[in-house]
Amino acid sequence: MPNGAVAHADPHGPASAAGFGAGGHDHAHHPALQHHFQTLDQQHEASTLGMWIFLVTEVMFFGGLLMAYLLYRVWYPEAWSEGSEELDIVLGGFNTVVLIGSSLTMAFGVRAAQTGEQKATVRWLLLTIGLGLTFLVVKGFEYYHKWELHHIPGPNFSFEGPHAAQVQIFLSLYFGLTGLHALHMIIGCAIMGVITWMAHKKRFTPEWYTPVELAGLYWHFVDIVWIFLFPLLYLVDRARQLS
Amino acid sequence: MAGHISPKSTYYTIFGSLMVLTAVTVSVAFVNLGALNFPVALSIAILKATLVILFFMHVKYSSRLTKLICGTSFFFLLVLFGLTLTDYLSRGWFAAPGGTAGAGTQVTIGPAAPEPASVEP
Amino acid sequence: MTTTVLPRVNYLNVRHTLASWLFTKDHKRIGLMYLVVVTAAFALGGVFAAGVRIELTTPEGDFVSADTYNRLFTMHGVAMVFFVLIPAVPAILGNFVLPLMIGAKDVAFPKINLLSWYVFVIGFVFTLAAMAFGGVDTGWTFYTPYSTQFSNSSVMLTGIGIFITGFSSILTGLNFMVTIHRMRAPGMTWFRMPLFVWALYATSIVQILGTPVIAITVGMLALERALGFGIFDPRLGGDPVLFQHLFWFYSHPAVYIMILPPMGVISEVIACFSRKPVFGYSFVAFSSLAIAIFGFLVWAHHLFVAGISPYSAMVFSFLSFAVAIPSAVKTFNWTATLYKGAIWWQAPMIWVFGFLGLFLVGGLTGLFLASLGLDVHLHDTYFVVAHFHYIMVGGAIMGYFSGLHYWWPKMTGKMYSNSAATFAAVLVFVGFNLTFFPQFILGYLGMPRRYHVYAEEFQVLNVMSTAGASLLGVGYTLIASYLIHSVFRGRAAGDNPWGATGLEWETQSPPIPENFDETPIVTGGAYEYTKRGAKVA
Repeated sequence: MPNGAVAHADPHGPASAAGFGAGGHDHAHHPALQHHFQTLDQQHEASTLGMWIFLVTEVMFFGGLLMAYLLYRVWYPEAWSEGSEELDIVLGGFNTVVLIGSSLTMAFGVRAAQTGEQKATVRWLLLTIGLGLTFLVVKGFEYYHKWELHHIPGPNFSFEGPHAAQVQIFLSLYFGLTGLHALHMIIGCAIMGVITWMAHKKRFTPEWYTPVELAGLYWHFVDIVWIFLFPLLYLVDRARQLS
Repeated sequence: MAGHISPKSTYYTIFGSLMVLTAVTVSVAFVNLGALNFPVALSIAILKATLVILFFMHVKYSSRLTKLICGTSFFFLLVLFGLTLTDYLSRGWFAAPGGTAGAGTQVTIGPAAPEPASVEP
Repeated sequence: MTTTVLPRVNYLNVRHTLASWLFTKDHKRIGLMYLVVVTAAFALGGVFAAGVRIELTTPEGDFVSADTYNRLFTMHGVAMVFFVLIPAVPAILGNFVLPLMIGAKDVAFPKINLLSWYVFVIGFVFTLAAMAFGGVDTGWTFYTPYSTQFSNSSVMLTGIGIFITGFSSILTGLNFMVTIHRMRAPGMTWFRMPLFVWALYATSIVQILGTPVIAITVGMLALERALGFGIFDPRLGGDPVLFQHLFWFYSHPAVYIMILPPMGVISEVIACFSRKPVFGYSFVAFSSLAIAIFGFLVWAHHLFVAGISPYSAMVFSFLSFAVAIPSAVKTFNWTATLYKGAIWWQAPMIWVFGFLGLFLVGGLTGLFLASLGLDVHLHDTYFVVAHFHYIMVGGAIMGYFSGLHYWWPKMTGKMYSNSAATFAAVLVFVGFNLTFFPQFILGYLGMPRRYHVYAEEFQVLNVMSTAGASLLGVGYTLIASYLIHSVFRGRAAGDNPWGATGLEWETQSPPIPENFDETPIVTGGAYEYTKRGAKVA
């Protein structure tokens, strides 16, 4: 036959040796197995690969804004210094601790799902959501403060300083970067809510906990973005302010 | 389906390291290292991100394909930054006869005369 | 072995309701749904092109105003780039054929596949809305600060449409990449995969890495226009050229999204209709990856005269020459495939020959533009317009039609009239050259692009170009007619009317919903034509 393909009558012939179950089902399979996959393992590998590829797109998505940031930091160091000074290091630092903490609780949540500790999974996930919401509330306060000071770029922008125009660029990128990050946090919290509900309904077992794992990957990614945003936005030229 | 299950102590250790590094990055920001402040802050952030990737995201225990995908995304980010900067960092190298800087030099709009782009990162 | 009747149960007739189509997870149905929308976009883009060509028949601006003309060429570009060229081969042919080619039941994420179609349609609706409100006049390139501060047109709506549609491309790329990694039938190693699969894999790399950058760039454009965020605003010290860097970081690799899948089609068709394996299989496979990766290193050749540093321009010029090499490798290998082959002149093969000649011209003229000195004179002239139309229409669209004609019997179970198809292919080839070759000369003589008036001495060449465009319109309409006719009146094609190798030809035409009765096991390479006998009559 062309292409060397062999049609075989026995569905559990050479195919099984290769680890694939061809043909009809004469065995029960996990309820989470989708029918276009041969095995749960194949499905799990496909799902995690898919999430990693999605995270690649997210890296490039933030990358465009980071390129703009990089260029203007090189061009306008004084404006970057003045702009960064306007941001609250205490709140930013607190949020960094909160978010890294939420990554820890998320990692524990995945681990609990791996070991079949269902109630612990729910607790860790709830804690993660709580920390995520804390982050967002603090961010909300920061944004509100900026709005009060007329530091939001646009027609109502007003800033006292010799480099006000370029500080507006800095703040545009601040709101662009942290706003995009916050949007990802909100979506993350919503996803975590769904996952927590599924965990509460005892959907996860050590054989299948893929959604928890995928949500974990996404959550850690959002944490990593903030790990970069904090020094890039809040810690520019702070030494000068002491002198 | 067996993913690698890390011991709890691993997670606590990594978390501790991340907290220490956060404290370091904030403290170092207040030390005047001049042009080095930016690369130092960036390096600490890269180290923190690496810890999260390797241990919280389990990349250390993942397939080669996962590691390749991870590396590829950062590689292309560097391509975006690096090749774009070949433009911005070399503007003003070319001085046309007559004294003005070459086309595309950064010009700030303001009361002062246009100055050549002196770029000190 | 041809059958005289269609198989009883296939993916088309298994359920008939509208809901069974709109909620389908079958990659084959999704491919057809893309075909409908993309064809509509192609017709729309063609109407805008007609407007452009009618205006350019005379040197004066007597058909439409300058402002309207700007909107016509912009919407032509937007429709053709984002809603035809990017999705055509991957989302239509790739969706249909990929799982069949690798012996899978479906793609890795069928629901995400359906989602990507809906996202595509929603993006298209936003763009149509923008057109209804008068369209955009910035050029499909949306350069700032015109697009952010001065254009009085539907920039926001079009931007939103493009932003949304980009996600369709990302989701398709993601799906294909995972499918190729994880869903291949037993025995199908990487180097036994058909070259079309390699092409789709390389395309997916570009879709995943590049599309998010244009998404964020359009987002920044929208923030600047709507909220006054100043990122590209020169009044604040922003750099409009930064927009161009970010825009072209995607839009150059985007042209490789447009050409890599058709190149994959060419490999499939040329092997089948020469009755030979593709010469240098691994070189062709690796060249697809090389094009995908190198394609990310050359974008600033669109910015040579925008004010970038000359040193940077030299770097990008060198890289732009380098990126031509893998394409040349493919072209040589295809030619070598023809050598001592038994050429069978069917419609898909005629499109291949059209592709080979026209892609060659388009590719070589790209090198002219990559030369810094020449580009100073040729940038923003009709030379550039001719160059990219040779690649995109002479290359990508011809590759698309080759694939459509090749896999049509598999998709529909019916065969179209070969004489009508041959006539249409030749008509399109003649019309295409008549439309676009004069534009090389016009550009060389200095006629600028995006102008609705021009100097009198350019009129003869412009009239030739418009005449050619009319032939193109007739040719494309003819293709649509006989293909639609074949669905209702064509003879049953049988499982493998071309006698081709490939897993997709070993299942029925049209395929059953699950593609195969049993999972195939692969024991040989992709193009074992030397083991076959004479061509199928």
